[in-house]
Amino acid sequence: MSGFNLQKMSNEYYDVLKELGNIGAGNATTALAQMMDTKIDMSVPKVMLLEFYELGDMIGGEEQIMAGISLAVDGDITGSIMFLLKREAAKHLMNQLMPGMGDAESEDFNDMELSALKEVGNIIAGAYLNSLASITNLLIYPSVPDLAIDMAGAILSMPAIQFGAIGDHILLIQTQFVDKELIEGYFILLPDIDSYSRILGSLGIDINTN
Amino acid sequence: MAETIKVGMADLNICVPPDLITTLGLGSCVGIAIRDPHNGIGGLAHIMLPDSQAISNNSNLPKFADTGIEELVRRIVAKGGHRSRLVSKIAGGAQMFASMGGGDMARIGERNIEASKKKLKEMRIPILAQDCGLNYGRTVIFNPATGDFKIRAVGKPEKSI
Repeated sequence: MSGFNLQKMSNEYYDVLKELGNIGAGNATTALAQMMDTKIDMSVPKVMLLEFYELGDMIGGEEQIMAGISLAVDGDITGSIMFLLKREAAKHLMNQLMPGMGDAESEDFNDMELSALKEVGNIIAGAYLNSLASITNLLIYPSVPDLAIDMAGAILSMPAIQFGAIGDHILLIQTQFVDKELIEGYFILLPDIDSYSRILGSLGIDINTN
Repeated sequence: MAETIKVGMADLNICVPPDLITTLGLGSCVGIAIRDPHNGIGGLAHIMLPDSQAISNNSNLPKFADTGIEELVRRIVAKGGHRSRLVSKIAGGAQMFASMGGGDMARIGERNIEASKKKLKEMRIPILAQDCGLNYGRTVIFNPATGDFKIRAVGKPEKSI
C-alpha cells in the first residue's frame, strides 16, 4: 500500500465514506426494525479518526456493558464490522424476538439467547455488508459472527489492536440507532487501512494521486 | 483529597500517594502496575501490542509492552522511585472473541502477557500478582501507597490482588 495516510484523508473522502455508512446502516436498521416490528431511527453516520484513548468515550464510556457481535470481513476488502447493543437493549431484543424462551428475569443470557443474538448480528451485519458490496461492486465475505458481552473498552480493544499494529489512530464509520423505548446501539465498520483505498477506488476515487 | 488518575489505551502515567491510578475496560491489552514500596511512587501502563521491534511505526512508547514498561520505569525513577526496589502486578490479556481466526491477532492477549512478563523479568522487576487471560474484560485500580491492585469485571465480585 503506497502513500495512503489516515491523517491525510480529505473531507471529500469522509463524505463518501459517510454516505456508504448511511446506506449500509440504513439497510441494517431496516432489517432490525422488521425483525423487531418497530420503528428505529438512526443517526447520520460519523466517520471518525480517533486516538485510541478516545475510543471508549465514543460509545458511552469504557465500562458501559454491551453485547458486541463482531464479524471479520474478507474478500476484496478486509476488516471487521461490529454491531454493539447496550446489554439491556440486547435483553429487550431477545424478549421481543422469542418471548418465553429466554430468561427474562435475569440480566444474564442463556444459551438460546446467546445463539439468537449472534444470529441477529449475522443478519444485520449481512444487510450492511450486502449493500456495501452492491454499491462498490466489491466481493465482501463476512465470517461467522462472534459475540462478547462485556465492557465496551474491552470489546473494542480487538479492533483497536489491529489498527495499533499499523499506526496510532483508528478510523471507523459509526452509526447510532435508537427506538422509542430501549433499543440503543451502534454499527461500526472498521475496514483495514488498505481497504479504504480499495473502497474509494471502486467508486472511481483514486486517493493516491491527490 | 485523593484523586484517581485515568490512563487510556496505549497510555501510561505515574502516580504518587494518596492518589490512585486506573485504566478502564482492559480487553486483550495488558495493564502493568509498578511501584516502589518504600515511598509509594508508582504508575500504570496500558499496553496494546507485545513488541515495538515488530513494526516500523513505533514512536508511541506506551503502546508496546517492551517500550511501555521501560518508559514507565524511567518516569517512576525520575519521580524518585528506586530502580532496584520496584515491584509489579499485571492484569488483562483476555481473548475477547472466541473465533478470531487462528492468526497472530487471535492470540494477541496471550502474546501481550508473555511479552510483559519477559520484559519485567529482563528488567528484574518481580511480578507479585497477576490476573491475566481468560475471556473477559477488566477494569483495574492501583494504589501505589499500598500496592493494592483492584480488579473489576462484569458479573464477577471485585477482587484485590
